[in-house]
Order: sequence, then structure tokens, then C-alpha cells
Amino acid sequence: MTGKSVLPRTILLLAPLLLFLGLAYVVPFLGVIRWSVTLPEPGLGQYHAVLTDPLVQSVFIRTLRICLFVTVAALVMAYAIAYVWVRGTPAQRMLAEFCILVPFWISVLTRAFGWLALLSNRGLINTWLQAAGVISEPLALARNEFGVIIGMTHFLIPFAVFPIASAMRSIDERVLLAARGMGASRSRIFWSVFVPLTYGGLIGAALIVFVFALGFFVTPAILGGGRSVMVAELVYLRIFQSPDWGLGAAISVVLVVFIGVLLALMRRFIKPAHLVG
Amino acid sequence: MQSSRPGPVLLIIATAVALFLLMPLLAVVPVSFTPQRFLSMPNGVLSLRHYQALIDNPAWGQSVLLSLRIGILSSAIATVLATMFGLGIWMFQPRFSALLIGFVLLPLIVPPVVSAMTLYFLMTTLSAFNSFIGYDTWIGVALAHAVMITPFAVVLILVALFQVDRRIDLAARGLGANLTTRAFRIIIPNIKFGIATAALLSFVLSWEEIGVTLFITSVNAITLPRLMWMGLRDNIDPAIAAISVLLIIVTAVILALRIFIERRGASETK
Repeated sequence: MTGKSVLPRTILLLAPLLLFLGLAYVVPFLGVIRWSVTLPEPGLGQYHAVLTDPLVQSVFIRTLRICLFVTVAALVMAYAIAYVWVRGTPAQRMLAEFCILVPFWISVLTRAFGWLALLSNRGLINTWLQAAGVISEPLALARNEFGVIIGMTHFLIPFAVFPIASAMRSIDERVLLAARGMGASRSRIFWSVFVPLTYGGLIGAALIVFVFALGFFVTPAILGGGRSVMVAELVYLRIFQSPDWGLGAAISVVLVVFIGVLLALMRRFIKPAHLVG
Repeated sequence: MQSSRPGPVLLIIATAVALFLLMPLLAVVPVSFTPQRFLSMPNGVLSLRHYQALIDNPAWGQSVLLSLRIGILSSAIATVLATMFGLGIWMFQPRFSALLIGFVLLPLIVPPVVSAMTLYFLMTTLSAFNSFIGYDTWIGVALAHAVMITPFAVVLILVALFQVDRRIDLAARGLGANLTTRAFRIIIPNIKFGIATAALLSFVLSWEEIGVTLFITSVNAITLPRLMWMGLRDNIDPAIAAISVLLIIVTAVILALRIFIERRGASETK
């Protein structure tokens, strides 16, 4: 290009954001790392606690279990609606897009509240089932792990739809026509040709959903009702209820390292533009 | 295309998924009209008392104003920084573009709770220097929101920039336009709809933000989501249903506005 004279002007445009995020995000994160090895006393005690404390362990195991459930459920549901969004008739596509994007843009609190309105003891589902005489006592659908899984799956479906849909869009129609020309049945084309061609999108979607689910805070806290605490809520509780900033900080650092490893794996499959609608 | 239209089985599953996606939004509507004091279905009688409660309790109005103020400031910061950054990447194509973009997207990728912890550290540190910008202040919340929404604005602005024909800029340069002229008279007008969308949607993200806000506020800076959170944790206040219905309507209007902006953008570039 024009050589050296361009460099300072490049910096002038790029620097403000880089500085802003450097000072407001990266430096404070270093501070969190410092907390994790200095509070309440210097040393690696907090990391030792993360690895050995039975309470922390059980929260980690519960978190992983919930995240796996949520990932599988969100992928299956996202795949079905993404298919209609990409390959349906124009009317079907519009409806699918509406159903994907509207919840995506509604506040996470509104969505969590909506699930409470459906699942809680005096919610729609229990009211209907009792009125119909199917059950006599309300079912425990919210304020437990079941509620958390439902609410999180609902939140994360759109994030799974975007990479899957983009993989579906990039399939060459001629490959499917060729399969048909060779006499393959509809279901054979779907399972042996179409689905394998979307593996990239599926893996990307799985990693996005899993990573988002791991650090997710609001939905589990509301729909879990404090009974099935996940990692993120544990961090919150450690800071605001039992002032134990060191453990909260150490859990944060462990989460970042864990997710860094996952991201290194997912780099091949994800483009940033897929993360937003 | 005929060969790959969704078959009946897939359509049934997709319809179930669509219902699943819409159900919680629909469920808040009846609850908001319950005459009871607690979360319940209206039993034949509809009541507006929970909408009335939104007006009667000044906390709601105050939190709306505060959230507006925070949303405007943080989306202004995010939009300006993201536009400058996008222009820098697009015009100069620096050698480490991918790396720089990756760095800028960090707050989008790092788990919200870690970002919240990080911003909690920032705010408590800032409080030690100045009581107007740190923990539990509206400017502090706006700064923290700006950190969280800027990556998102960057993505939208980069998407808009990569649809601009480079030859327009080359022509302007060939005709002797300097950097400022190229930026303000050539490129920015070409992405003005992208910038508008980025500003609008980053406002929505700030307006709804709760994960980080919970960590950096306590009693002074009560945003609307923070107030909703307080009404959701223990005894569920049906006023949350009323405010949710209003929020769903507002979000729908903003989304319609986005589609309108994009249509205009599309028709103008034709």
C-alpha cells in the first residue's frame, strides 16, 4: 500500500477500541487472577479448593451434566427448525424466522419469567392438568433441574440455529440432485448425504451452546430457585453472600482456561458473524 | 429445490419446536391480567391492577429512565468505537486483522459470569479513585455495558463494511480524496444503515443486560432488569408479567424498525 505513512493513521482508528478493552477488560481480568492467588491469603489454596472441595465439585459436575443435556436438546430442536428456515416454502421460512428471531431478542428475564408462568405450581401447565383431572397435586416443574434445562435450552436454541443454518445454506443443491438421480430415497438422502454435509455446522453449534451454557447465570438462578446451583451462580454467591472473592475469582479463571481449550478446538468451525442474528 | 422440501415428520417436529420457542412469551400475557397478588392464571376475571402498579410505584419509572440513560450512553460509546475500529480494519487491512478482531470479540465469547467478575473488579477499583464512575453508579454501569456490547457492534459494522464495493473508495482515492474525506463522505454514508442498526441493537442489549449489572450495582443504580430480577427471585410479583408484556411489545417494535432500516438500506444501494 502506501507504506509507512499509513501506519500512524491505522493506529489512530484502531487504538481507541483496543485501549478501551485493554484497560476495561484485560487489565481487570489480570486483577481477578491476582485475587484468585491472594485472597484470603497468598497461595494456590483456592485452586486446591476448586479441585477438591466436595461442594464445588458437585456444582461442577451438575453444571457439566446440565450443559450436556441442554446441548443435545438444543441441537436436535435447532436442526429441525433450521431445516425449515433454510429449505421450506417461502411461507414456512418466514414463520420459522419469526419463531427463531423473536425469542432471541426478548430479554432473558422475560423468557425466564415466561417459563415460571408455564411451569410453576400455579402456572399454566399445572393449572390445566389439574383442571383436566390428570393430576391432583401440582408437578414440580420449576425451581429444580428440570426447569433449568428447559429454560436454558430455550435460550440457546437460536445460537445453535445460526451455525447449523449457515452450514445448510452452503450445501450444493447438485449433490442432493445427484443422490436422487442415483435412486436414493428421501430419508436416505437426508441421513446419508444432507446431515453429513452439515457436520461442521453441528460441531460449531454444539461448542457454542456448550460454552454459553457453562457460564450462564440468569436462567439457572431463576428457574433453579437456588436448589440446583450451577457454576456461575456459585461465583455470584461466593462474592455477595459469603464474601469469598478468592474462590469466585479462582472459579472464573478455571472457567476461562477450560473454555480457552474448547475455543481452540472450535476455531475451525465458527465464524464470528454466526454468533449474532 | 423440490427434492429437499421438509417432509411431514420434520414439519411436525419443527412445529413443536416453534411452539416451544413461542410458549413462554405467550404465557406471560394471561398472567399479567390476573387479579391475584401472586403468580397465577386469571380465573375468569381479568384485572389491570398489575399494569396500574407499574404506574403507581415510582421505582418502575425511575428504573426505566435510568436504563434509557445507560443504554444511550453505552450504545453511543460502543457505536463510535466499533465504527472507528471497523474503518481501520477495512481501509488499511492491517496484517493481524483476524487477531485484532478476535481480541475485540473477547467479551462476547468469555462466559458472562467471568466478564461480570472482571467488571466487578474494575468497578470496585474505580470506586477507590472516583465515586461517580465506579461500583453502583450509572456511569459505571454504562461503561461496563459498553464493554459487553461493543463486540456485537463490531460484528454488525464489519458485516456492513464488507458489503461496500472497494472500488468506490479506490476511485475517491484516485481522485485525490484524503483520509477524512474518504471516511466521512464515502465510506460512512455507505454503511450508515449498518451503523444505525448497530446503535439500535446495542441499545437493546444494554437495555436488557442483567448478568453483569447484578455484579456491579447494589442500591443506587437500579436498572429495569435489576428491578425485575428483584421481583423474580423470591416472591414472584405479577407486575413482572405486566412489564414483560410491555417489553415484548417494545422489542417487537424495535425489530420492525430494524427490518425497516435494512429495507431502506437495501433499496438505496440498488
